[in-house]
Amino acid sequence: MSELPTSWCGQSVERVEDAALLTGRGRFIDDLGVKPGTLHAAILRSPHAHAKILAIDTDAARQLPGVAAVLTADDIMAMSASLVVGVKAPIECWPIATGRVRYVGEPVAVVVAASRYVAEDALDLIAVDYEPLPAIVDPLAALDPAQPVLHDGLGGNIASERSFRYGEPERAFAESARRVSVTIHYPRNSCTPIETYGLVAEYDASEDAYDVLANFMGPFSLHAVMARALKVPGNRLRLRTPPDSGGSFGVKQGLFPYIVLMAVAARATGRPVKWIEDRLEHLAASVSATNRVTTLRAAVDADGRVRALDWDQVEDVGAHIRAPEPATLYRMHGNLNGAYDIQNMMVRNRVVLTNKAPTGLNRGFGGPQVYYALERLMQRIAIELDLDPVDVIRTNLIPSGAFPYRTATGATLDSGDYPLAFETALRDGGFAELRARQAQARAQGRLYGIGCTAAVEPSVSNMGYITTVLTPEERRKAGPKNGAQATATVALDPLGSVSVHVASVPQGQGHRTVLAQIVADALGLKPSDIRVITELDTARDAWSIASGNYSSRFAAAVGGAAHLAAGKIKAKLASIAAAQLNVAANAIEFVGGRARAQGNPDNSVAFSRLAATSHWSPSLVPEENHALRETVFWSPPELAPPTDEDGINSSLCHGFIFDFCGVEIDRVTGAVRIDKYVTMHDCGRILHPGMVAGQITGGFAHAVGAALYEEYAYGADGSFLTGTFADYLVPTAMEIPSPVILHIETPSPYTPLGAKGVGEGNCMSTPVCLANAVADALGVAAIDLPLTPAKLGIHIHPAEHAPAAQPAPAKTSKGRALHGSGQAQAAAAPADVWRMLLDPRTLEAIIPGCHGVEKISDTHFRADVTLGVGPVTGRYRADIKLSDLDAPRAVTLSGIVTGALGDAQGAGRITLSPADNGGTLLTYDYEAEIGGKVASIGGRLLGGAAKVVIGQFFAALARHSGGPASPGLLARLFGRRA
Amino acid sequence: MPRLSADRRHRVRFTLNGRAVEADAEPRMLLTDFLRHELGQTGTHVGCEHGVCGACTIEIDGMPARACLTLAVQADGATIRTVEGLAPRPGRLSVLQEAFRRHHALQCGFCTAGILMSLDTYLRSHAAPSETDLREFLGGHLCRCTGYTPILAAALDAAKLLREAPVHA
Repeated sequence: MSELPTSWCGQSVERVEDAALLTGRGRFIDDLGVKPGTLHAAILRSPHAHAKILAIDTDAARQLPGVAAVLTADDIMAMSASLVVGVKAPIECWPIATGRVRYVGEPVAVVVAASRYVAEDALDLIAVDYEPLPAIVDPLAALDPAQPVLHDGLGGNIASERSFRYGEPERAFAESARRVSVTIHYPRNSCTPIETYGLVAEYDASEDAYDVLANFMGPFSLHAVMARALKVPGNRLRLRTPPDSGGSFGVKQGLFPYIVLMAVAARATGRPVKWIEDRLEHLAASVSATNRVTTLRAAVDADGRVRALDWDQVEDVGAHIRAPEPATLYRMHGNLNGAYDIQNMMVRNRVVLTNKAPTGLNRGFGGPQVYYALERLMQRIAIELDLDPVDVIRTNLIPSGAFPYRTATGATLDSGDYPLAFETALRDGGFAELRARQAQARAQGRLYGIGCTAAVEPSVSNMGYITTVLTPEERRKAGPKNGAQATATVALDPLGSVSVHVASVPQGQGHRTVLAQIVADALGLKPSDIRVITELDTARDAWSIASGNYSSRFAAAVGGAAHLAAGKIKAKLASIAAAQLNVAANAIEFVGGRARAQGNPDNSVAFSRLAATSHWSPSLVPEENHALRETVFWSPPELAPPTDEDGINSSLCHGFIFDFCGVEIDRVTGAVRIDKYVTMHDCGRILHPGMVAGQITGGFAHAVGAALYEEYAYGADGSFLTGTFADYLVPTAMEIPSPVILHIETPSPYTPLGAKGVGEGNCMSTPVCLANAVADALGVAAIDLPLTPAKLGIHIHPAEHAPAAQPAPAKTSKGRALHGSGQAQAAAAPADVWRMLLDPRTLEAIIPGCHGVEKISDTHFRADVTLGVGPVTGRYRADIKLSDLDAPRAVTLSGIVTGALGDAQGAGRITLSPADNGGTLLTYDYEAEIGGKVASIGGRLLGGAAKVVIGQFFAALARHSGGPASPGLLARLFGRRA
Repeated sequence: MPRLSADRRHRVRFTLNGRAVEADAEPRMLLTDFLRHELGQTGTHVGCEHGVCGACTIEIDGMPARACLTLAVQADGATIRTVEGLAPRPGRLSVLQEAFRRHHALQCGFCTAGILMSLDTYLRSHAAPSETDLREFLGGHLCRCTGYTPILAAALDAAKLLREAPVHA
């Protein structure tokens, strides 16, 4: 027993989670069985970025055998209320499109059926009439009141605007020697967990209560939003989480609107409803980080010392302000100075709405956007003042001994020694060698750059920081919001073994292992003696609004609460042991599975026997000392609400990061290769080195993806261009090098164990560190992510000549414009051909890939078609109207084609003239605009495909009327239909 | 291959982790859904259903394959191994699984089954892979938690142990 370590914390013990996960016995949401009779949901989603919904015809879908219900906005609105919106603005936020779609992927209808396969079949049978509206994609354009408005109540697209001033920024700008500024456009990306969203919802009509099992990750403040939307008190929305969840990185926060949607579906059908999101839905419509346009100005002394910062941030939250947005913009508000001693600050924050998917939590949450601007600025200061970038950082770092440090905007940086960490990283990471390597590479004519970044990594969010978006007066009216309630329960059972429960809702971070270490340390046991449960049930377990797994709060807050709860149990057990061992309670120590008198190890009692006492022999224990179960709620007093001067301690802990890297850019391809990456972390006390390393390498990989490969890209018309993993490029082992990881440890004075968060830092520091290196390699000032070869190529290669001849279809505001013309011969007379053109049965036979034509009126048809363009084949709905009829001589066909892969609008004029042989000569010309994903296909391919499809139509018409058609074409048509 | 009709369920039989299994499937049913929801073998996970992420990788007739791009009826008569078949017996882990645990080569564990299946097949035919070999081979898998570094360490370690004492599975 004496061989046992003095502390389990600090050791990389093997994880208790792993054996089940490695043998296929994990218990993820889709691994758990469902009740007999459970129905499965599928969601019809908008193909348009912005359109009015004129009508939804669900009759055919309802009649499909196996379909229980088809729900549209009317059904959902009848049984729920809008989700609460976090800013004071007259706008609503529903989990389904109400009257209008505002982004590609927005839910339009929900089918609930006997199986997912049948539910998806039924989606194809729903007909939606859309009237497309102009879309707004660029956040700066959204500032313009003349642009299309997404939410009529707002009178524009700015949902929130606030300005802040701290210290004396005007004076600093007036007095300082230099002013340096950067403007950056931070793109959208997402950490895309490999397990998608999933849930099973039930409704009990007899108690008007919902029960939902979902791989939701919190924050559980959203439980209140969901309960309100479902119009029930909190105790009638029982929310449970499965034992395992396949990654989240913030993203599974965005599940909550679907919880409301499917809870209503369960109520409408009277049956449990299960929904597992698929990857295409996930990419289009789960959650992404915000994209942001920032202009950041600095007032700088000649030696590079920054006297003041002036932030202008335009935050794009997409089509709805979905809770907790605009939190991304305010999460970093307390530490907008980064790692630097800057006491004068101006901030202008605007939140705009655009026709993109709503945003939400995503690893780094606001940090990547802020540090990209700040650390690009620090490099620009060095270049513009002809200083060494390393010296500019050194000059501005908050000095050693200045902690706790009060920032201009109201945060208290708890602990650290930034200069020590910085100098240690330069030395141990081999910065001088890297410089030499760069010099050598450059001497050989290679494009080699070095980047540096210092960052402060906030963790344990103050639940009140988001109220900084409100004015002090609005806050006074609403009442103060603050704190970060963490909770843990430690329980003893009648055999004296120890159980722990927390509301931390992990998605792979090993919480069970670390909690066992923490509680084992407190009680003198082994981690294997402790059983930890982390699934949450809001009806039975201790939880609060801050519960959940975000803002890197586990080690600092939840681990701390478990330590405190174990301490309470221990104190009670000590008093029971004191009576049994005849010594004072403060002379009892817990070692090696026994409680013993200090200095007299033979006077001891087994822990299990002691721990069982209050169950079996309560008479031996004074009532106040019954040691059975202790639940601790812990909220740090440092997390106060915003002050009347808008000062906000937005986070409890602040880790420090200093990164540097060397990258080489291939002169031919423009590809970036990371040659070396060094990342120094001070995350306070380290509880499990292996897991801390895993958080760093994992965050680093997300950051490399964001820096070099990943972007949620939208076309100018709002079409979503990265809807598969073949378009949204998640890096693999080929792209992610292993970083050099360094540490110093300065424990936080504000957390029970001295630990701070560590999981998000590299998502903040690494993208800009790589960008600084790329900017250094290329000698460019303005550089935005992702740093794709196509983007970098223009800095390496001279401008390319446009290809001569064969003009490709032009890109228009909508997408791609196509036009063309042709002729065909039909054997029948013009009057017969005319009849055929107006007959749905003929059209069905001659439209290429047609599954059916429905006649709405004499001049209005609707068709279902399957079209293939290059490698992309998809199903589309065509809405065709005839106009300018001049029977039997000419007609104009205009139509809209929509499908998951894109849409097209166009018109063509067909002229029929009598031919010499008694037949008809058909002449046609057409113009069309193509949008959506299909529009991203090369223009020539698209033009060619359109020509073929339209040619096929007329050839089929000719054939149908008994005219000649080329055998090759016939064979092709026959081949297509077989 | 027997003639199948779209509106009928067909009997599908194959060997799964050494045992004969059978159940009915519509021709369009994916092998992932068949394994998970018809046979109750939920260790094989679904991450993208378009063949990119690799989470659903299983071994079909000795070769790694994407179960999400395979129809259940295609597996009729095949010999299939999934993650449930890797451990030598309950309560024990294979050399590769042990290495994953030792090196913290998994966090959420969702992509892990596919990676294990690929590596298990690969290491049997490549006894001494370099880190570069493994990076290239693992390029067929997406992991969002680990950053791949600990996975590579685990794979190299497992390869070494298997060379020293080749007791597979």
